[in-house]
Amino acid sequence: MLAFIIRRALQALGVLFTVGVIAFAMFRFAGDPVNQIVSIDTPAAEREQVRRSLGLDDPVPVQFVRYFVRAAQGDFGISYQFRQPVAQLLLDRMPATLELAICATIFALVFGIVMGVYSALRRESVLAKVFQAVSLIGISLPTFLIGILMIYLFSVSLGLLPSYGRGETVRLGWWSTGLLTWSGWKALIMPSITLGLFQMTLIMRLVRAEMLEVMRSEYIRFARARGLKTRAIHFGHALKNTLVPVITIAGLQLGAVIAFAIITETVFQWPGMGLLFVQAVQNVDIPIMAAYLLLVALIFVTINLVVDILYTVVDPRLRSTLRQPV
Amino acid sequence: MATTAAKPPGFLARALDSDVWASFKRSKLTMAAAAVTALFFLAALFAGLISPQNPFDPAQLELINSRLPPIWDSEGQRPFLLGTDDQGRDMLSAILYGLRISLLVGFLGVAFAAALGITLGLVAGYVGGVTDAVIMRIADVQLTFPAILIALLVDGVTKSVLGGALDATTILSVLVFSIGLSFWVQYARTVRGSVLVEKNKDYVAAARLIGLPAPVIMARHVLPNVLGPVLVIATINLALAIITEATLSFLGAGMPDTMPSMGTLIRIGNNYLFSGEWWIVAFPGIALALLVLAINLLGDWLRDALNPRLR
Repeated sequence: MLAFIIRRALQALGVLFTVGVIAFAMFRFAGDPVNQIVSIDTPAAEREQVRRSLGLDDPVPVQFVRYFVRAAQGDFGISYQFRQPVAQLLLDRMPATLELAICATIFALVFGIVMGVYSALRRESVLAKVFQAVSLIGISLPTFLIGILMIYLFSVSLGLLPSYGRGETVRLGWWSTGLLTWSGWKALIMPSITLGLFQMTLIMRLVRAEMLEVMRSEYIRFARARGLKTRAIHFGHALKNTLVPVITIAGLQLGAVIAFAIITETVFQWPGMGLLFVQAVQNVDIPIMAAYLLLVALIFVTINLVVDILYTVVDPRLRSTLRQPV
Repeated sequence: MATTAAKPPGFLARALDSDVWASFKRSKLTMAAAAVTALFFLAALFAGLISPQNPFDPAQLELINSRLPPIWDSEGQRPFLLGTDDQGRDMLSAILYGLRISLLVGFLGVAFAAALGITLGLVAGYVGGVTDAVIMRIADVQLTFPAILIALLVDGVTKSVLGGALDATTILSVLVFSIGLSFWVQYARTVRGSVLVEKNKDYVAAARLIGLPAPVIMARHVLPNVLGPVLVIATINLALAIITEATLSFLGAGMPDTMPSMGTLIRIGNNYLFSGEWWIVAFPGIALALLVLAINLLGDWLRDALNPRLR
């Protein structure tokens, strides 16, 4: 078990290292950092001084190690467009993105599971067919189109929900939350649905397939033979056994949700990390791009690692195969 | 050829007799999807003939015609069937030309991704060892990130390396490059898997025995035998590539306003959502959604038809 965890952790570090090399290469070689900082008519001597103060005349390996050490301490350099530390910019916007991602995931889980169970149990009903059609559209339509459609419906036509921003936020220490105000909740509805729709269709399809599979199994037949109520069989036995893979997928997808938030945040002008990243791409703000890449990699790797470990804790069958030396 | 007694059936006859054609005829939805896709392709191909205006030519645009509603509205004007945008561009023309750009970037992006993925997959599978390990590790790392994130990054970095103001053709190439780099992994993995099976077969051993160099064996003998699944991935990826291009353009990292793709048109239209000019965003949006849905349906059908195990 411990060997397994250590091996997985080493793999995770390997991924982070690779991404770190890419981030450093972007930071160092894509455009001259000095040109981004000084103005056009800065004399050469001054440029040289800036170059030296940034440590850009050191050997590349030295710069690489320095970049790594600083990144590990949370120092990702200064943003070209905002002239502020990148770490601070990202940290300010992180709560918005995380709240959005978590709400979207909860939305996807709740609706995905309900719709999946229903369409598995009542396969021939009209509603189940509607759900299937919705899932096809959810997979085919680009996220930003869904967002625009929702804005048109609920903001422009009906005037029910705000089309941009987070509404009023409350600061709890460094974390600013929109979950404590009514306008914050209203602002959260459309972005969460837009972001969660794709995951919802994914979960719905998964739950449906798993339920159909489980309903054919021996122990369900045995439960029927015991004369249990249909409800108890469906929810106590069948659904419970489909939930492990569903929650695993939802957990693994949380990273993807955070990355996909880039699009949703742009449509709804949600002040999160994704919007910051898009602005960085438009303005070629390399330090922000590199830092965002590293941060997303860290989130992905951490989630994968935690899910892997939890999996072996939850499912003893996996543990027994791990004990044997490979 | 005149000497052969029994003439083998021609390609068309064989195609009409095949399972794939039979399953195509069975599914009305697939036929509708194929019709819609064909319609879009033709419209994009003959955009120059159909559209009343060349939307890329600033000389043809009159600001006095800007933001006109569609023709069925009382304020609509001929010849602007679907209305005009903020620069007096005819929406129908803009959509037809934008379709051309979207399809061009989609096809070239998929072609680039496939070429890159197939080459790397062939080499990884055939050569093995350290080369294989390095290529597949890179693929693994890349798979942890969504394609759109990679495409955005490549796009941003390439533009900063090229520097300065870029013209539309360069931006189009950058888009193709970013889409190719974000979608190659699937091809590489599939091809590598098939190559690992193929390379132990007798015909490869025979080719090696007569002293053919490895690149020739890979390209002439192994490659044709691993291309089947690649075709399916390419069809499904075409829809993804079109969405990715549209998303990049929507985010403002793609085609410029002077030479808009579908994504750019939607981005422009999005600015006028609140002032009541719904047609600027609605028509490009509907066109894009229909195109992607049709290609997706075709891709799903092709996957099922070519892979009997899934039936």
